[in-house]
Amino acid sequence: MARSTVEIAGHIIDSLILPKVLDLIINLGAEFEILEIQVGHRRADRSYARIQVEASTPELLGRVLAKIKEHGALPVEAEDQSAQLEPAPADGVFPDHFYATTNLPTWVRVKDQWIEVELPEMDCGIRVDVNALRAECVPIHRVKKDDLVVVDHGGVKILPVERRVPREAFEFMSSTVSTEQPKGLLIREIAESMNRVRRENGRILVVAGPGLVHTGASRYLADLIERDYVQVLFAGNGLAVHDIETALYGTSLGIYVDRKIRASEGHEHHLWAINTIRKAGGIRPAVEQGLIQHGIFYSCVQKGVDFVLAGSIRDDGPLPDVITDTLKAQDLMREKARGVSFALMMATTLHAIATGNLLPATVKTVCVDINPAVVTKLSDRGTFQAMGLVTDVEPFLRELCQYLVTETVGISES
Amino acid sequence: MCSPSYYGIEYEINPWMSRSRQSNARRAQGQWDSLRRILNQRLSIDVHLVDPKPGLPDMVFTANAGLAWKNKFIVSNFRYEVRRGEAPHFEEWFRDRGYEILHLPQQHYFEGEGDLLKCGELCFAGYHIRSDLLAHQKVAEIIEDEILSLELTNDWFYHLDTCFCPLSKGQALFYPPAFDSYALKVLETHIPVLIPVAPEDAARFACNAIVVGKNIVMNDGCPRVREKLESLDFKVFITPLDEFIKAGGSAKCLTLIVA
Repeated sequence: MARSTVEIAGHIIDSLILPKVLDLIINLGAEFEILEIQVGHRRADRSYARIQVEASTPELLGRVLAKIKEHGALPVEAEDQSAQLEPAPADGVFPDHFYATTNLPTWVRVKDQWIEVELPEMDCGIRVDVNALRAECVPIHRVKKDDLVVVDHGGVKILPVERRVPREAFEFMSSTVSTEQPKGLLIREIAESMNRVRRENGRILVVAGPGLVHTGASRYLADLIERDYVQVLFAGNGLAVHDIETALYGTSLGIYVDRKIRASEGHEHHLWAINTIRKAGGIRPAVEQGLIQHGIFYSCVQKGVDFVLAGSIRDDGPLPDVITDTLKAQDLMREKARGVSFALMMATTLHAIATGNLLPATVKTVCVDINPAVVTKLSDRGTFQAMGLVTDVEPFLRELCQYLVTETVGISES
Repeated sequence: MCSPSYYGIEYEINPWMSRSRQSNARRAQGQWDSLRRILNQRLSIDVHLVDPKPGLPDMVFTANAGLAWKNKFIVSNFRYEVRRGEAPHFEEWFRDRGYEILHLPQQHYFEGEGDLLKCGELCFAGYHIRSDLLAHQKVAEIIEDEILSLELTNDWFYHLDTCFCPLSKGQALFYPPAFDSYALKVLETHIPVLIPVAPEDAARFACNAIVVGKNIVMNDGCPRVREKLESLDFKVFITPLDEFIKAGGSAKCLTLIVA
């Protein structure tokens, strides 16, 4: 909800300007509250009114304010203040005191207009194209010398997301971390949300860590992929390595996932797996050559699901598909995260936080981890919209798949 | 008044104006001379003249120069750049005659008597097309009187003096489709005898008449209004002003009350 206070003075009663302004506010779909009114006693006396205008979006508020301004109602605060823009001094450097973004929907005032900032993302700057009247979040390494960047806080508005996103799906999850809540209900709500997203042809992003493979849950994720519940997958080297290890040897970190026993020389399996994929030239060639015949990444290749594997300093190998330049990985994740409306993060701290950093607050985000600290950390790093579920990932995914089985009717195949 | 020596349709800032429909300089001069003669000789009005300036074709419409009030002159802030050059000349004229010159904040457009008319003791001002409501508030502070602002909604009747003509206290001509509903209510509340003008007469600038006591000077071709006014004991002087209608003006627009 966006608010602004306006003042109107003059002969506003006899000339019906005040009732006209109030009618205009209502007719344009906003609301008002008269905070103060002073009526002149003699004919020549001026009258005065202070009115709070409230609109559902800053855009609507801007329209209302522009309209009533024509009838003499002027904002009390510096509503008219334009965002201050300064050129970036060099490639990859913002001007001093640049406005650091949140992941909330953000508007900036440029040339007397409120424009919505595109690609909302936390901890970026806002780059403005004055001629095209467009603004976008830009990470520091992507800014170019002389790009116009917003500095200071004037002329910038953010819209609290909880007022905008209907709470339907997450009504139950009123606390962010759920160690002591009935998990079955939460999982059911997550399933309903995922179904709703897919019915509306929305995109679901899954972020997963290797714990998913170690606990034997990869077949459920593969199942979700096969059933079009996953459009994008972000992970690190580990998830892919152990998924492929399982596909090739039936083990994860040398343990048979279905028999809970250690394989002889099992500790070499994941390294052999890496070597096999490197020899094949990547995951996709390995699938195409028939080397991998099941698993998460097999399903991704088969279903054409986009995956981004971002490397880290402790990686073995890594697989040829892993992007070891973190900035390149971030940029690709940014690109692939666009248009996502639901994010499911499971059993990973590093990639959950990295992804959380890139997502607008409007993306419904669920974080599942056995460690409550992961969810807390995600919120602390700014992804406050994340709802947490503290549980082992295997029973979570198993139950989620069961709920989704019963509700698949009517889901678009696209 | 200002002689139409440099009058012509050189730009288009209202729907009446079309550069392809030029005015005839000779006819314009003749019509202006006739109007001046009626005012001066028939109605014994002391007509002062402002020197016309080349390149300012609309200077002939002196009503828009500003607002003369007691010994003060509030200079217009023209909405259109093409007319802004007129202001310093009018300002100079009033300064030379001892008026205190007052300027409104630049961002508030104000087109003088074109948008501000008195009906009895009440001041009415038109806004939205040429003048801004915030300008009215400033003017109200200067003249220390109430100004009733009326929103104009029809581009063909872009100044208040094209759609509203006070006849006497509590009596006025008006063209209803030129106003928004709030303005109509304000007029109805404050003026007991409101005489609506037919569209045909409004288009012949019946409301753009000069009222001097019980005498009224207006463009020809407004028979219905004329009849009505005569029934109210007004003496109506008809003089052709169609050369000026090509620029969206008529009798009232060609004059500014200085005292």
